[in-house]
Amino acid sequence: MPDLFAASATPADLMAARVQMAVSLGWHIIVACFGVGMPVLTVFAEWRGYRTGDDAYVRLAHRWAKVMGVLFAVGAVSGTVLSFEMGLLWPELMATYGQVFGLPFALEGFAFFIEAIFVGIYLYAWDRLSPRAHVLSGLPVCVAGVASAFFVVSANAWMNTPRGFDLVGGRVTHVRPWAAMFNPAMPLQVIHMILAAFMVTGFCIAGVYAVGMLRGRRDRHHRLGFLIPFIAAAIVTPVQVVVGDALARHLATAQPPKLAAIEGLTRTGSHVPLSVGGVFVDGELRYAIHIPNALSLLVGYRPSTVIQGLDMVAPADRPPVNPVHLSFQLMVAIGFGLLVLSAWFALAWWRRRDLPRSPWFLRLSALSGVGAVLALEAGWVTTEVGRQPWVVWQHMRTADAVNPAPGLWAGLLAVLAVYAVLTVATAYVLNRLRTRPVTAPQEEWADEALDAGTGTAREHGP
Amino acid sequence: MTAAQWLLVIAWLGITAYALLGGADFGGGFWDALAGGPQRGSAQRGLIEHAIGPVWEANHVWLIFVLVLFWTCFPLVFASVASTLYIPLTLAAFGIIARGAAFAFRKASTELWQLRLFGGAFALSSILTPFFLGTVAGGVASGRVPLGITRGHIVESWLNPTSILGGLLAVGTTAYLAAVYLTADARRHGSVELAETFRRRGLAAAVVTGLLVLGGVAVLRADAPRLYAGLTGRALPVAALSALAGVVSVVLLIKRRYVLVRITAALAVAAVLWGWAVAQYPVLLPPGGTVSRTAAEPGVLRATLATTIVGLLLLVPSLIWLFALFQTQRPTR
Repeated sequence: MPDLFAASATPADLMAARVQMAVSLGWHIIVACFGVGMPVLTVFAEWRGYRTGDDAYVRLAHRWAKVMGVLFAVGAVSGTVLSFEMGLLWPELMATYGQVFGLPFALEGFAFFIEAIFVGIYLYAWDRLSPRAHVLSGLPVCVAGVASAFFVVSANAWMNTPRGFDLVGGRVTHVRPWAAMFNPAMPLQVIHMILAAFMVTGFCIAGVYAVGMLRGRRDRHHRLGFLIPFIAAAIVTPVQVVVGDALARHLATAQPPKLAAIEGLTRTGSHVPLSVGGVFVDGELRYAIHIPNALSLLVGYRPSTVIQGLDMVAPADRPPVNPVHLSFQLMVAIGFGLLVLSAWFALAWWRRRDLPRSPWFLRLSALSGVGAVLALEAGWVTTEVGRQPWVVWQHMRTADAVNPAPGLWAGLLAVLAVYAVLTVATAYVLNRLRTRPVTAPQEEWADEALDAGTGTAREHGP
Repeated sequence: MTAAQWLLVIAWLGITAYALLGGADFGGGFWDALAGGPQRGSAQRGLIEHAIGPVWEANHVWLIFVLVLFWTCFPLVFASVASTLYIPLTLAAFGIIARGAAFAFRKASTELWQLRLFGGAFALSSILTPFFLGTVAGGVASGRVPLGITRGHIVESWLNPTSILGGLLAVGTTAYLAAVYLTADARRHGSVELAETFRRRGLAAAVVTGLLVLGGVAVLRADAPRLYAGLTGRALPVAALSALAGVVSVVLLIKRRYVLVRITAALAVAAVLWGWAVAQYPVLLPPGGTVSRTAAEPGVLRATLATTIVGLLLLVPSLIWLFALFQTQRPTR
């Protein structure tokens, strides 16, 4: 066995690798959410249009399919970069544990394959398949998108609750890949992520149409364009609050230091209050509002429930409190805001079968997409930074996983530049798609150029 | 055969599929770059976009498939390659971003300056990405990536004669495959003129790539003697098959047998990859990284093999439908 620990990275290179991973993952996670949620909304709109003959549905499906095509492409390539980075940045993690948590990635590979194949068919075969067959060709995209999220988050959950292997003399052995995949954190984390994907997609698309309605475009196209994604997201939101609560409770036993960082809780004890807001300074949470006994009640349903504080682990094993605490607070605050918005809509719909009349509803809905994305990122920071200093919880430190090669900071600078350009270009293209007249996705300049260039008069049907 | 050997074969089939399918998509970008000005080149670009639009994402997934198979089944090999060769792999990753994103952006664009900007990014990255992936292959093949985390030289491992040869060969073969595939696509679209254009380009690419291979023999002899010995020894029949298929392809191109030449051209390229594999087997990372030494535990291999077989049962019919759908003329609208 060659010596794997011959060199180690400088702290600056470690930080560069972490920032690079955070930027590329934080970027990908947004488009990945659209990859999960958008096919469902698009296929639904197309199906309704096909069933009802309502042109507004069909036009929505065409428009969304084009956006989906762009987002799927940037999602596919930004996801590829992540699979490269797993090895480029964290080779020790992959060398030691690749075989333990590799299986869900292999499964994800197939889900991604199915997704890519049927995205190609769905986007380009609009005029090659019957309407019914075309709707059906979108279903594998929907299933594979959700399955991809399931597999990838299983692997991430394993990093939080590593199972399915034994350590004998420091060596990984007796690997049980299925036990690793079905680890304790997997079910709740997977559901939380998939619901988040539908919230992000739903509120973002609804937000675009809310802006249009605020500008006076109140036609059926805009109304449906708002209602379909908003209702989907509004249905998911209350479920997400319940799942999130269960996930936090799960941390009390699975990863107590993460929960302690979330709450800024330094000392272990019972009758622990819930801390809202505040900043962690000199080892204490200051300026927070404390709700007496509330954390003990939330975790164990009685005030006497003991909650472990940061004092249960050595200082070197504690996650940084402020980013974890503040991002958790932000996520919960936005989550409850979206819950109130959803309830407002539900009330108005129940009473009058219409949107709330107040312009504030549309104004807040216009912002709901941004809010959902912020909550998504905040939640991701909570779970990832809350796991530190471990990359594999209590088994491998992030500092020991990193590539010891020099110059990782140069890679970071290049990655920042590439992603800045990618962000600007994506935003620009999406904005152009928003304003352009809609056609079925495959009718593009390439067809026209080809027809013009070949000089063939392709037969156009009557 | 052991599970590790089966998985290695499947992974190598995945690499072959990526080279033959994903490679041709990169080659499409190569010809896009050389298609000429916006007026003159628009028909060629239209044909290229038409051909790769529906399939490039699926073809690209072969790369992911290979990556995850290696990191699950041969984790130390994956980590060794990724850590030592992180510079060319990072550059290839940037190329992958630029190619895929720019292609999708161009499809969503209408104005000339946008088509030029995104088209330029698409074309340039379609050339650079296979080049850097080829340097990675050259680094591994010439034994410059030892087993272990960042044990090889992070620059010389990919800036060396064999890697440069690998990079140029990758660009050459992708361009060659694309030109060959596009001849039949052009004819199906009813354009004799475009088919002739790509026929000429296919012949040119075949000659250039063939010369590269011949010159490469000398490079390998000097720079990668172990690989050279394998290619001229055990792998000689495979290498000869590649040469034969290459010559037959040129003849078929001259005779305008555009569908048949797809098979022989693909065979010529595939035989290069399999010749390398046969020459090197059972060593994954020379000198010491053998299959049995680097494979994951049997339980992992069995689980991965079982899921891979089930996955392929879903995948293969879907892929066949995808290609069948877009390799036939569209019904009249």
